[in-house]
Order: sequence, then structure tokens, then C-alpha cells
Amino acid sequence: MEFTLFLVGLIAATLRVATPLIYGTLGELFSERSGVLNLGIEGTMFLGAFVGFAAASLSGSLWIGLLAAIIAGLLAGLLMALLSVRLGVNQHVAGLGITLLTTGLSLYAFRVIFGESKVPPSIESFPMLSILPETHILAPITNQYLLTFIGLALIPVVWWIINKTRFGLQIRAVGENPEAADAAGLNVYAIRTAALAIGGSLMAVGGAFLTMAQLGSFTFGIIAGRGWVCIALIIFANWKAVNVLWGALIFGGVQALQLRLQTLGFKLPYELFLSLPYVVTIIALTIAGRNSSAPSALLKPYRRE
Amino acid sequence: MTKYRIERAPAPGWMRILIPLLAIPVTFLLTSVIILLDGANPFTTYYHFLVSPLAGRVSAIEVFVKSTPLLLTGAAVAFAFKGGYWNIGAEGQLYAGAIAATFVGTVLLDVPPIIGIPAMVIGGFAGGLLWALPSAILKVKLGVDEVVTTLLMNSIVLNVTSFLLNGPWRNPVSMWPQSPEISAGTVFPQLIPRSRLHFGIIIAVIVILIIWFVISRTSFGLKMRAIGLSKEGARFAGIKVNKTMLIVALVSGGIAGLAGAGEVAGIHFHLIDAISDGLGYSGITIATLGGLHPLGVGISALFIGLIDTGAQTVSRVLGVPVYLGDVVQSTLLLVTLSLFVLQNFRIRRVN
Repeated sequence: MEFTLFLVGLIAATLRVATPLIYGTLGELFSERSGVLNLGIEGTMFLGAFVGFAAASLSGSLWIGLLAAIIAGLLAGLLMALLSVRLGVNQHVAGLGITLLTTGLSLYAFRVIFGESKVPPSIESFPMLSILPETHILAPITNQYLLTFIGLALIPVVWWIINKTRFGLQIRAVGENPEAADAAGLNVYAIRTAALAIGGSLMAVGGAFLTMAQLGSFTFGIIAGRGWVCIALIIFANWKAVNVLWGALIFGGVQALQLRLQTLGFKLPYELFLSLPYVVTIIALTIAGRNSSAPSALLKPYRRE
Repeated sequence: MTKYRIERAPAPGWMRILIPLLAIPVTFLLTSVIILLDGANPFTTYYHFLVSPLAGRVSAIEVFVKSTPLLLTGAAVAFAFKGGYWNIGAEGQLYAGAIAATFVGTVLLDVPPIIGIPAMVIGGFAGGLLWALPSAILKVKLGVDEVVTTLLMNSIVLNVTSFLLNGPWRNPVSMWPQSPEISAGTVFPQLIPRSRLHFGIIIAVIVILIIWFVISRTSFGLKMRAIGLSKEGARFAGIKVNKTMLIVALVSGGIAGLAGAGEVAGIHFHLIDAISDGLGYSGITIATLGGLHPLGVGISALFIGLIDTGAQTVSRVLGVPVYLGDVVQSTLLLVTLSLFVLQNFRIRRVN
């Protein structure tokens, strides 16, 4: 019985930890399948966390907050598109620049709006859904935030968009061979721009989940490298939407497990657990090497001659 | 009537210098929007940002203190980028250098500075180099993209640092997550009494001079520049691309490690979690701003050091959030990147 409770708690926590990673990784998937590595992800998630929180706090509506986060993410994606697609500048430098800019802007705006109060401001966050009654043994698993369910549902949706729709085919085409796509009459710039905008919105929702559902407050270390975990997960997932689920769940599970073991009094070097996804990814990159399904045109700016 | 035509051709050389200079006013124009949102006057703000720090002796010295690690991370990134190796890991290599230096400083007790200081320098360089090693080997042996691996190595070393500070190196007296103090013989000497300016800036200037010499005056520099322009071309010309790139990557890591050693041996005298807080990423800004030229890197590092100091002045005097410095720095990076696209065009007169 005690073990069942432990397991139920673990699964419930795994889903919560995995949620922002699912959004972030799906967002990055759109960008990378279209041929753009978006290192702006860490900052875009931070921006989403901040804008969602601030807009909800100022307007008093969580849904307006979420919408504002989506728009902010979209704008960050468009800025990345302007730099890396239109102007064709170096993708990793542009992406890091966007991470620095969106992080700086969020921190600056946070101070302007909320000042330097001793008590961190907070909002009434999204409630957990109550699908099963509180007393039911499986209630912790089923009674999650709506955003968690939406995130899980998005995985097959994104798979379907990328693999089964015309738009998805266009994304894959410009990500694999932009010259051929252009010759076939596709607008490479427009398709990559759209993919980056959608990706940016998803990343921002991942960040907003933390402030608007899980925590109800905004702290400066809120993203704490989750964006980089997503960069790792996408390689782990071999650029396939369905594998994103497994990657996020395995990582979420390891995190949830070490948190639980810690609260139970086990003394663990948790920092080493936190490093696992990065180490595993570097090993995965090494083993997969050139056999990976990385989009062929990833990191290559496209220029019409 | 004369007409002008824009065509795709390398712009004249003076554009390379003009572009970063042009980026500065554009950045100020863009960022003045958010200064206005805070209700402050952009002109006053920029006065305190750029002029005030240089007006006082203490703050003017502080600009150089702030620039010390930036000169090194900027040099590290510029050296790697010039050689076609996209080292995004200066931040992590700086931490590794700081860890190695802390190790040296806490192990070498009762040594005279003549031994202690070189040991710190070597330790810092070796730490950064070792942290750059896995990505560099994977790149040259297996063709694994270095952008992702160097980036992920940054996250790993942050965890290693906090593991050390919460575990074996936790200060036994205060129980704070900070390492024991380094020994007196391993502390970098102060250059100006009662200031934080330390020996590290001399190391930084020497490093910049060395990489300038190597890049522009040696056959190794010629090879790395060729690789930076085109790996295929360099290979075709008979250059050992992998070997050259490996050396470039490791030296770049070592230089970033020196920045970490300097922060430990000259500023903090122990290791803390926030030893860097983005100095390695600023290195990427500085390298880009400086057009990957060592001299440009030197000037940009001083400028970013000025912005970092100025942000604190602005915050103290006008109450504008200190994060304005981060916004200005990143806007400057993106504006410069965008303007550098102009380099590929030339305006020609057609009759």
C-alpha cells in the first residue's frame, strides 16, 4: 500500500516535471525540423513565464495571461526568424542573443512593474482539475493541471501536423533541402518563419506553466536550464514528435524520483542527477553520430540567389 | 543621371569598423524605449551609463576590473570562431578554470607567490582546456556538432560546481555554499592599492597580444583562418583540419579557464556558485562586436565592462533596474549581427 502511494505520487510528479519540457521540446521541434536551431529557447521560456505571470497579475485573468505569453513567445520566434531566416546571420549566436535579450527584458520589466518588494508577488494560479474524487487512490495522477493534459495531447497533434499535413511536409522540405523546396515553388523564408513563430509560442507556454500553474509566482531562477534540457531532449528524441514523450517522461521521472528520495531523507548528490540528461545526450550524440535523423539543413542559413 | 545599384559583393574594409560603431547609436535608440517606459530620461540615463563611471577614480578602475574576465572570454570565443570552431562553452570552461584554480589554491599551502601565481595560471588554463576536451574530441573524431555539446557542458559544470559547494567544499565554518579560502601565496597581486584591479588584467592583455600574433603572423594562424573560411577549401589545400581545430578548441577553452582563475585568485578568493553569471556568454557578444579581431575584442570588452559598471551606476543614481545593462548588451549583439549582413553588399554607381 505504501509503495502504491509512493508510485502514484511519483507518476503524478513526473507528469508535472515533464509538462514544461514537452512544450519546450515540441516548440524546438518545429524550429529544428524547418532547419533552424533556436537557442533562444531558454530565454523564450523565461519570457513566457514572466509575461504570463505579469499579464495575469495585471489583468486579473489567467487566460489573458496565457494569451499574452503565447503572443510574447510568437514575437520572440519572429525575431529569431528575422535574424536567422531573413538576414541569414549565424543561428547559434542569434539564438543566444535572443536568450540574453528576452531574459534581460523580463528581469527589467519585472522590476519596473513589481518593484523590489520583500515579499515576492504571487497570483491565484490555475487550479488542478478534479477528474477523480480526492479520496481515490489514483487521484494524484488524474487530477493534474489542464495545461499538462493539453501538452500530452499536443504530442500526437504535432506528430500529425509534421507528418500528415501539407504544412508539415513543407516544414520538412525546407528543413531537409531548402534549394529543392524553393525550386518546387515553396517560400522557404515564410515557412521557416511560421515554424519559428509556432515554436516560440509553444516554448513560452512551457515557461508560463511554471509561473501560472505550478508555482503561482515568478522567481529569477525559474527556468534554470530547462530550455537546454529541451535542446538535449530533441536529440534524444531523434527529432521525432512521439519520442519527445518518452524523453520528457524519463527525464521527469528521474527528477521526480530524486526529489522524492530526498524528502524521504536519502542523502543524494542531486546535482549529479540534474546533469544526467546532458550527459546522456552527449553520449547519444556520440553513438548516433551521423546516423541521426537531424534535418539536413539544420544550422544552414538559406539564401536565394 | 547617375544611378546606384546594390550588389552582392564584399563591402569595403572600413565597413568592418564602421558597423560596430554604427550599432551603438542604433542600440541606444532601441533601448531608450524601455527607459522611457520606466519613466526615466534616456539622455540622463545614458550619461550615467557611459560617462559617470569614467568620471570617478573608483568607478573608472571598476570598469577595468569588470573587463578583466571579459577580455579573456572574448578572446577565447573570438579565437575559436576565427578557426571555424563554434565554442559556445566559454561559460562552462570559465567555471572549470575557477574550480581548478580553487583546487590549486586550497591545496598549495605556504607557497611563495612566485610558485603560487604561476600554479594558479596553469591550473586555470588546464581546467578550461580539460572541460573543452570532450566536445573537441567528439568534433574531430566523430563529427559531433560542437555547438550542442559545448552548450550542454555549461549546464553540467554548473551542477558540478553546486555539488562541490554543497558537498566536499562547503565552508566548514559558515556552512555557506562557498569553498574554503585560497592560500595567501596563490592570490593575484593588486595593481592599484585599495582597488580590486588585479594581475589578471595583465594576463588578459598578454593573451590578447599572443592570439593577435598567432592569428595574423604565424603559419598556424594562416591555417586556422583558412579553416574558418572554408573547411573543405582548407582540406583541399592540404591543411590538417582536424589537428588544427583540436588545438584551437583546446586553447580557446584554456583561455576561458584563465578568466575563471582570475575571478577566484583576484576577486573572490574562494569559489561561489555565481562566480560567472554569464561572463562566458558575454564573451560571444564581445567576439562578435569585435569582428573576431583581437584588437576589436579588446575594445569591445572594455566597452561591455563599461556597460556593466554603468548599469550599476544608473541603478544607484536613477533607480532604473540594473538589468538594463543586460538588455543593452544583448540588443547591441543582435543589432551588430544584423548590421554585419551589410558587409556582403556593395553600392556601386552605374552610368
